[in-house]
Amino acid sequence: MYSEGVDNSKRQFLTSALTVVGAVGTGFIAVPFLSQMQPSTKAMAAGAPVEVDLSKMEPGQMIRVAWRGKPVWVLNRTPEVLETLATLDDKLADPLSNESIQPEDSKNPMRAIKPEIFVAVGLCTHLGCSPTFRPEIGPSDLGDEWKGGFFCPCHGSWFDLAGRVYRGVPAPTNLEVPPYRYINDNLIIVGEEQQEAAA
Amino acid sequence: MKKFIYILLLILPVSVFASSGGMDLDDADVDMSDYSSIERGAKYYVTYCLGCHSTKHMRYKRIALDLELDEAKVLEAIAPYGANIYDPMLTAMNKHDSTKWFGTNPPDLSLIARSRGADWLYSYLKGFYKDSDSPLGANNAIFKDVGMPNVLWQLQGEQSPVIKNENGQEVITKLISTKPGTMSAKEFDKLVNDLVNFLVYVGEPVQLERQKMGKYVLLFIFLFTAIAYLLKREYWRDIH
Amino acid sequence: MKHKITECTDWFLDRFPLTKLWNDHMAHYYAPKNFNIWYFFGSLALFVLVMQLVTGILLTMNYKPDADLAFDSVEYIMRDVNWGWLVRYMHSTGASAFFIIVYLHMFRGIVYGSFKQPRELIWIFGMLIFVALMAEAFMGYLLPWGQMSYWGAQVIISLFSAIPVIGDDLSLWVRGDYVVSDATLNRFFAFHVIAVPLVLIILVFLHIVALHEVGSNNPDGIDIKASKDPYGVPVDGIPFHPYYTVKDIVGIGVFMFFFAVVVFYMPELGGYFLEDANFIPADPLKTPEHIAPVWYFTPFYAILRAVPDKFAGVIAMGGAIVVLFLLPWLDRSPVKSIRYRGGIYKKAVLLFVISFIGLGYLGTQPATPTATMFARVLTAVYFGFFLLMPLYTRWEKFKEIPNRLTEQPSLEDRLPGWIAAADEMVPKTPVTDEQGQTVEKRRPNTAAIGKVLVRNAKKLKESLD
Repeated sequence: MYSEGVDNSKRQFLTSALTVVGAVGTGFIAVPFLSQMQPSTKAMAAGAPVEVDLSKMEPGQMIRVAWRGKPVWVLNRTPEVLETLATLDDKLADPLSNESIQPEDSKNPMRAIKPEIFVAVGLCTHLGCSPTFRPEIGPSDLGDEWKGGFFCPCHGSWFDLAGRVYRGVPAPTNLEVPPYRYINDNLIIVGEEQQEAAA
Repeated sequence: MKKFIYILLLILPVSVFASSGGMDLDDADVDMSDYSSIERGAKYYVTYCLGCHSTKHMRYKRIALDLELDEAKVLEAIAPYGANIYDPMLTAMNKHDSTKWFGTNPPDLSLIARSRGADWLYSYLKGFYKDSDSPLGANNAIFKDVGMPNVLWQLQGEQSPVIKNENGQEVITKLISTKPGTMSAKEFDKLVNDLVNFLVYVGEPVQLERQKMGKYVLLFIFLFTAIAYLLKREYWRDIH
Repeated sequence: MKHKITECTDWFLDRFPLTKLWNDHMAHYYAPKNFNIWYFFGSLALFVLVMQLVTGILLTMNYKPDADLAFDSVEYIMRDVNWGWLVRYMHSTGASAFFIIVYLHMFRGIVYGSFKQPRELIWIFGMLIFVALMAEAFMGYLLPWGQMSYWGAQVIISLFSAIPVIGDDLSLWVRGDYVVSDATLNRFFAFHVIAVPLVLIILVFLHIVALHEVGSNNPDGIDIKASKDPYGVPVDGIPFHPYYTVKDIVGIGVFMFFFAVVVFYMPELGGYFLEDANFIPADPLKTPEHIAPVWYFTPFYAILRAVPDKFAGVIAMGGAIVVLFLLPWLDRSPVKSIRYRGGIYKKAVLLFVISFIGLGYLGTQPATPTATMFARVLTAVYFGFFLLMPLYTRWEKFKEIPNRLTEQPSLEDRLPGWIAAADEMVPKTPVTDEQGQTVEKRRPNTAAIGKVLVRNAKKLKESLD
């Protein structure tokens, strides 16, 4: 039944060739199959930049907007808050925001383009819970150490009102600041960077 | 023709059965590679159709992508004022008003070309004629007593039907122009064809892409099969 | 490093009979060496099943089983989801491809007697797969929530109401509402994505286990285990791996080519794979003028319409499937393969094929009086094939069966003959071209075409004796 003189090298070559072509083919079909799990156009539409009107914001007020489905906080910081923030450096893990995600123009101690207006993605950098806004100083449940900031109820991480993380808490880095730019003094657009607008 | 019989059911409630017989459908010249025709069709659509008919499954961004147009240009030249590039093509007319005016909601046209077919749309859009008995002042030779006015009448002018009596039924055999419009018949046909082209594109935007992609896929599968065949032949040398 | 890997492999193999499974079902599973083109469809069916499972899972991620959202979610998949159109077209085309393959696979069984002793159980499992597949396809077709989905489901579920006494309650229970509605859609979704696929997978497993227990039949219908070499290996058998694995891969390649042509160039296939009316959202207040089920149900649908009584029609339609189950016991011939059967069976199979295709065509057409008459004749032929089988298979004379497999020309061997025939029908003829020069061009030759056709008709007639 089996013939003599089987050309094994030819078989080997053809088997390898078919395996390679088959693997490439599987790769080709895997790309669409996997990328169909990527965000769809609808999700991208929902992720379009959002405008935030600042004209009606009172000092100390915080508003939440959704950008890409994530909570984005816009906080109007009072001069007193800014003063307090300047004193906290030694308690913070990364006061200069070297490790965290923020646009270049927000990489400063106040983590904002204009110090009064703070914009951040309201998700804890630990495991993604949304921290609560606790502007009061020294409340009974958090103790006297608390100088106002964001407290994550899930695992107890502390952030100050510039989104900077305290030392010795589970969260590894400061809160993320999304790209945003000023259209005019009273209007910002979240999701577009300053540079893009200039270009 | 099969499609025609198949789908005489569409959205308007009355007198579906009356629309069989009569005129044959004209052939639309559908060319999905003619981007400029689709682009013109999109503009005409927004001008003449979007007032009443949504195309809710189509985003302006998709038009820009598929037709290789600049997004800003699409927003400026095609989309109505104030639209976002991600917006679907929605009509501004609300359902309450439309029910009051036409007795029905104008259907969404995202898939009209896939259910009706291009030739039907082409003939339908050209098939309006003056009919003083109709509440809308016009009737349609392809879709009798349709609840839609002839929005293109200024361009097309007026037509009147040639009616023949067939087995006791009045049947329209053709339409003749009685009053010229602002466009010549040829220009008007081209405009309608552009519109149909756009609607066919909107029915399945991906058709531009999939046909381009198809030949590479087939080529690849052919290569795979050829190698597999050689391997099979090599192994089957053993078998006597 | 290499040592570690071997250790790990050994650890695994000590605990799992992988080698044994591989040998039993691949490397030392001896299949007859004379499988022809009809034997591709088993592995192809498995391939399509896997493809349907994968694309189906991906579709489930974006589809919404809700009467208000379903139709739009399908369009969302077609437009907004990355590559959603490809996945959706693969799934919709795959459904039709599955039925084409399964019908051909079943036909193979009928022609070569694969359902006969000792393979009755394989046939029964196969038929159960077919029934499960029809349920799967039917429920899947409701999900796009178009007009055809809706009214097709409405009609088919109403069939249950033909059953006396419990009928109305039964169809109400199936729908979960007084008409097909959101509740129906939601439960059909559950059945389509999990319940029936699980049953299908189990049945396919049983089908293959049963097959490998008794071994594969072949176009000669001879038991290859009857002649074995001194080592106990069937002389006419060859190991499934590598010989049939490499062969089946070619089959899969050819299949994928045709499949891709449909997916990329004609996903609706002229309204047969995706019906035009299904691009209109379901409207419970308005029935399309002409409802036809998808093509793979039309033979049975035509039988249903051919019978003038509601209950009898449902019985006839069900019966058309039940008789298939009984096939192993209806056939009384001692011979398996059609090659050695008498002329009666060959002609009966030809009539059966004509009736099945004819009914399939009529099922897509409106039920005019002429069409109904034809459908009745073909229904009679369909049932005649099965119900008269105990008689005609017992009478007929069969040919002598060889002891060993016979040599038949393969597809490759036949190719030169076909080329010669094509050459004869469209010969090169001298033609004067525009420049007034004589060039050889292929022109069809009517006389030659007639001759070839007559020759083939004669051959066909001979083969039916």
